[in-house]
Amino acid sequence: MARTLINVPKTARRGDIIEIRAMIAHPMETGHRMGPNGVAIPRRIINRFVCTYGGEAVFSAELFPAMSANPFVSFFIRADESGPVTFSWTEDGGEVQVATADLTVT
Amino acid sequence: MAETTPLKRRDVLVGAAAGLLVLSLPRRALARPDLEEAVRLFTGGAEIRDGRVRLDIAPLVENGNAVGVTVDVASPMTTEDHVRRIALFNEKNPQADIAVFHLTPRAGRARVSTRIRLATSQQVIAVAEMSDGTYWARAGSVVVTLAACIEEL
Repeated sequence: MARTLINVPKTARRGDIIEIRAMIAHPMETGHRMGPNGVAIPRRIINRFVCTYGGEAVFSAELFPAMSANPFVSFFIRADESGPVTFSWTEDGGEVQVATADLTVT
Repeated sequence: MAETTPLKRRDVLVGAAAGLLVLSLPRRALARPDLEEAVRLFTGGAEIRDGRVRLDIAPLVENGNAVGVTVDVASPMTTEDHVRRIALFNEKNPQADIAVFHLTPRAGRARVSTRIRLATSQQVIAVAEMSDGTYWARAGSVVVTLAACIEEL
């Protein structure tokens, strides 16, 4: 669906609090704009973002049209175990984009 | 008997006006819920206290299409005491909601950064819900030189 950009440290010590940054290329059409012939452009945004780590949704967000185009979120997680950190973005139509990064905890 | 007729007439008029008001209010609210209503939906009517939340936002921004915001909540982020949700609201965009972030104790630190759209100079409000059910808020004022989506307004 769209290009994603995620930033997860490759390695971390157990118990470290690490910063995660995630962005997806998306216009985030608000639904409030008019097209060239006076027809409203339908709303099409990423309305949900979930970060799963260690089999649990550690961070999630509900997004509204007031989010910028190419929505960017940065947050923190505690490195408890090695494994994949999975990100998923859900679009208005229900389409889902998934990205994964591997985190090694020493 | 002569006096009852005008009274009735007035009642009918007042009733009709009230009916119109009742009809028009929810529709307007649905199309564009105001700030208080959006915040009340988030808190469920609970009391909001000032403090514990730090809202980092530039006081003067050139481009309202992408305004960086950081919310930092003072919390140990343990299973017993952590931040459950952080919500961002705006005052003058077509829609009051910006985003709701759900946090867990595994976050380690209650700090979220993102980029938002601002249609005009206005206030941005961050509300945090703690695991003990209390709500804390902080507002910040922003002056926007170039508004986001001018067509919106």
